[in-house]
Amino acid sequence: MSAPELPLTRWYGEEAHARVGFFTDTSICIGCKACEVACKTWNDVPEDGLDFTGESYDNTGELGASTWRHVAFVERPPADVEGPEGMRWLMSSDVCKHCTSAACLEVCPTGALFRTEFGTVVVQPDVCNGCGYCVSACPFGVIDRRQEDGRAFKCTLCYDRLKGGLEPACAAACPTDSIQFGALDDLRERAQARVETLHAEGVTEARLYGEDPGDGIAGAGAFFLLLDAPEVYGLPPDPVSTTRHLGEEWAAAGAAALTLAAGLAAAVLAGRRGR
Amino acid sequence: MGSNMAENHPVAFQWVVEARTAGARLLHVDPRFTRTSALADLHVPLRAGTDIAFLGALIHQVIERDAIFRDYVVPYTNAATILGEDYEDTDELGGRFSGFDAERSGYDPASWAYEGGEVSAAAGDRSAGGATGEQAHGAHGAEAGGDTERDDALQHPRCVYQVLRRHFARYTPEMVEDVCGVPRERLLAVADALIANSGPERTSAIAYAVGWTQHSTGVQNIRAAAILQLLLGNIGRPGGGIMALRGHASIQGSTDIPTLYNILPGYLPMPPAREEGEDTLARYLDENRPDVGFWHGVDAYTISLLKAWWGESATAENEYGFGHLPRIGDDHSHYRTTLEMLDGKVRGFFVMGENPVVGTANSRLHRLAFSRLDWMVVRDMGEIEAATWWRDGAEVEDGELRTADIGTEVFLMPAAAHTEKAGTFTNTERLLQWREQAVEPPGDARSELWFMVHLGRRVRTRLAASDDPRDRGVLDLTWDYPLHGAREEPDPEDVLREIGGVDAEGHPLDGYAKLAADGSTACGCWIYAGVTAGGVNRPARRRPHGEQGHAAPEWGWAWPMNRRILYNRASAAPDGRPWSERKSWVWWDADAKTWTGEDEVDFPLDTAPGHRPAEGATGPDALAGDDPFVMQADGKGWLFAPSGLVDGPLPTHYEPEESPVPNALYPQRRNPARRTAPRPDNPYHPSGGQAGGEVFPYVFTTYRLTEHHAAGGMSRWLPRLAELQPEMFVEVSPALARERGLENAGWATIVTARGAIEARVLVTERIAPLRIGRRTVHQVGLPFHWGSAGVSRGDPANELLSIVMDPNVHIGEYKAATCDVLAGRRPRGRERRALVEAYRRRAGIGDDGHGGGEP
Repeated sequence: MSAPELPLTRWYGEEAHARVGFFTDTSICIGCKACEVACKTWNDVPEDGLDFTGESYDNTGELGASTWRHVAFVERPPADVEGPEGMRWLMSSDVCKHCTSAACLEVCPTGALFRTEFGTVVVQPDVCNGCGYCVSACPFGVIDRRQEDGRAFKCTLCYDRLKGGLEPACAAACPTDSIQFGALDDLRERAQARVETLHAEGVTEARLYGEDPGDGIAGAGAFFLLLDAPEVYGLPPDPVSTTRHLGEEWAAAGAAALTLAAGLAAAVLAGRRGR
Repeated sequence: MGSNMAENHPVAFQWVVEARTAGARLLHVDPRFTRTSALADLHVPLRAGTDIAFLGALIHQVIERDAIFRDYVVPYTNAATILGEDYEDTDELGGRFSGFDAERSGYDPASWAYEGGEVSAAAGDRSAGGATGEQAHGAHGAEAGGDTERDDALQHPRCVYQVLRRHFARYTPEMVEDVCGVPRERLLAVADALIANSGPERTSAIAYAVGWTQHSTGVQNIRAAAILQLLLGNIGRPGGGIMALRGHASIQGSTDIPTLYNILPGYLPMPPAREEGEDTLARYLDENRPDVGFWHGVDAYTISLLKAWWGESATAENEYGFGHLPRIGDDHSHYRTTLEMLDGKVRGFFVMGENPVVGTANSRLHRLAFSRLDWMVVRDMGEIEAATWWRDGAEVEDGELRTADIGTEVFLMPAAAHTEKAGTFTNTERLLQWREQAVEPPGDARSELWFMVHLGRRVRTRLAASDDPRDRGVLDLTWDYPLHGAREEPDPEDVLREIGGVDAEGHPLDGYAKLAADGSTACGCWIYAGVTAGGVNRPARRRPHGEQGHAAPEWGWAWPMNRRILYNRASAAPDGRPWSERKSWVWWDADAKTWTGEDEVDFPLDTAPGHRPAEGATGPDALAGDDPFVMQADGKGWLFAPSGLVDGPLPTHYEPEESPVPNALYPQRRNPARRTAPRPDNPYHPSGGQAGGEVFPYVFTTYRLTEHHAAGGMSRWLPRLAELQPEMFVEVSPALARERGLENAGWATIVTARGAIEARVLVTERIAPLRIGRRTVHQVGLPFHWGSAGVSRGDPANELLSIVMDPNVHIGEYKAATCDVLAGRRPRGRERRALVEAYRRRAGIGDDGHGGGEP
């Protein structure tokens, strides 16, 4: 029942659910930001700055401790035409990816970050000690600490709503169904079909982002249909979990430490000898 | 066109997105590239205020290519009707129609009449050009009756079709380039798409919003769309029509049960003031009752309304209380009332659901007007600018007015939010949807219904001992709404029942056909009759679309009669069969001898397709079997409007009051019948080609953003909304930014003869300079949400606008005017007025407020 890359049944037994997530189809996003408002309202996330950015209609800027949904606005003027012919205005609602290989969770020393029975990644604020390891571990720059509070916050995929059988607030509020919530397996099928439809209509630039279990984060629980390269939306083109190569790094570090220890031992011995 | 649906109606726009994924094409014609354009297959930018030129060119294309839906146009519209010999077109008169009276800047429509037909105005003295009748026709087929001449071959030189063809002959693709700044290929692409997608198998819809009405040619913008849709056979058919997206929740409802001064519920005209003895109910009914169609029942509609209001005390002997109704003799629209405040003629003012200092043209004039009142009552959810102008308005801030000198007493009454009260919304598609109360309003906040009912109760208590005849209307009102709970809240369902109508026994009526003119029925709004039929709150019905047919009749309730498409007789061919299987909606069942279909049929059910009315028949019986436009006095869709409009029978391109260019189509520059109010505190700019016009070289247009609500009362106080668009900004093209030295995210000052405001700069390629003739015209975009109060504050764009109005409905021209733009923040204190005064002098604007003068 759950996507094969996460053994939710092994971990949760009868409490396990099908792994759920978001498919955000940016080709039908109208940039209304209802997702941002619904998220903040449901989760009681505070306003975080009345700042005019001058960056198109995006005054939110980026995901952070007090921004769990962020709609990016990308103006793509035509390169060769004067005037608005061929003008494109891309809009995309970004969110925590709920990675299969979630570095934030893996580096968390207190267990505040955990994998739920829905396959999502959630921070427990009452356990978080504010160490901030997760902040530097996230390959997307999603999770962050609140300045005045110190603890880390991010999208919970509305864990409380899921427990109550409801879809997350952002998906419920999205008027065009750009944000679709559901079982990850279903969403991946739906997304594949949507890409094929768009390609058939001549929208050849349509592509999926984060849906592939073979990618550097072993697939995202929240993935996207984009109409341009990920960098255009401010997304890393090839995200890799920061803990993915940790084993090799530890091995290398261990070897280095051994070399250092051996060197030290040799020096000590040499020193004794010289006495 | 005239709509930014994705941004301002995002919830409704989901259906557009769904249609698009099902293969529909979306074309967006708008000065700016908006979030709607981002989802469109084609965006066509045009100069603000040139919609009729663009639509006229589409009409020209349809006619010249002979692409009209002839089988629809000939029987269903007045294309074949022959006009009288006195009619002269703008073609011949330099941009004016026959009947123009320069003295009063208005028309006598007598010469626009059909050959052999008489035109009589439905609201009495409309031809006098006073305000009384101007809006009163609304939905109301003005009289066109009599036996009219026809030429079904559409060849007679005076038939409407030929008049139309000649009128729009000069609206060529080349002209569109010069006037709208739209390359001809773009225009032709739109024409191709519309023509290809209209006809028996397909239909196209046009969506517009309030912005289209906010021009000195507002009503004619929509008329132009109606002509195009009639020629293409897109009215009365599924997937067709002209959709008026309303400004916010239940604006449609507030016209049906009006907040307007000159109509009564259901678009009945407000009676005009008359001499004693001439002012009778019989005369009122006689003047408003056409021979043909459903308006013929106006006596039953009016008397039932009077019975709903005055109950037992409304009798045949006292004309059912007709004498209690207010009379109007003049324009009492919002702007006229505001100007009269300035002149000391108005003492008190209620502001409910509005924030005029922010949301209406010429903010300064409004503040100065309010400062002359004795009192004003503001009901709102927060302390909006309409309630705080006396302490933080620009004039107080600049030192021009001192709070201590302002005598106006301002009462702020806290209002309940929509989640804190039950009731209905009537939206765009005339659909009533009931909403439940979710929570109690906080503190002293109360619903509008509570406020009005209790205000009425208190007034009646104060007047109880009065024997002044003029107080009888208040004292005899049926004002007995049961009150519930500790807060003594009236139940809105009681009001809905009153609106929906009851018979003599108090049983809910099925529909307006049951209304009687003998005082045996009572109904608060005839077009809503049946909304509680069978004792059921029909707007509260919520059967999902998957569980019912195409028309989804059990989701809410649409007026009239739960009809989802008006004039739907036109969805079938003259012989009664659907135009196509794909577009079938209602049809004639020859076996059962009745009309039937997916929807409530908008036609007498037993009138066969080939029916010809008997001599002397009246009302619905006088409709022929192929007269789908059942509210029109001739049963036809009006390509040409022989009466009912005060600024001409056909749409004509006029430049806005303030424009960078002269009118390329006619010597007549502006709409000659537009309503102006030139005065020192409401000055107008000279336009391009007039002395001083160059002082205000840029076109600006005002609009809303998804993130805020109208004048901000429901959004600027909420941090989670305010942070999404935290500051007033101005959108400019990179080219204009270079021309004026503006930096992205820096500051700019925008100046007109009315005021100067500052805004953060947003440089964007979405605003494109246009080529108009041989020059470049820059457009400037200004959202209008901000004011001096709230979490997010900024200057109101409406400081910049003058009061100039469409003459039919008195809506201001908010969407096209001229300005100058400077880099940096605006001056503070008295320096701000000094800057504005300097501009006025440079532009040569006189003390009388006239800039370019007439025309």
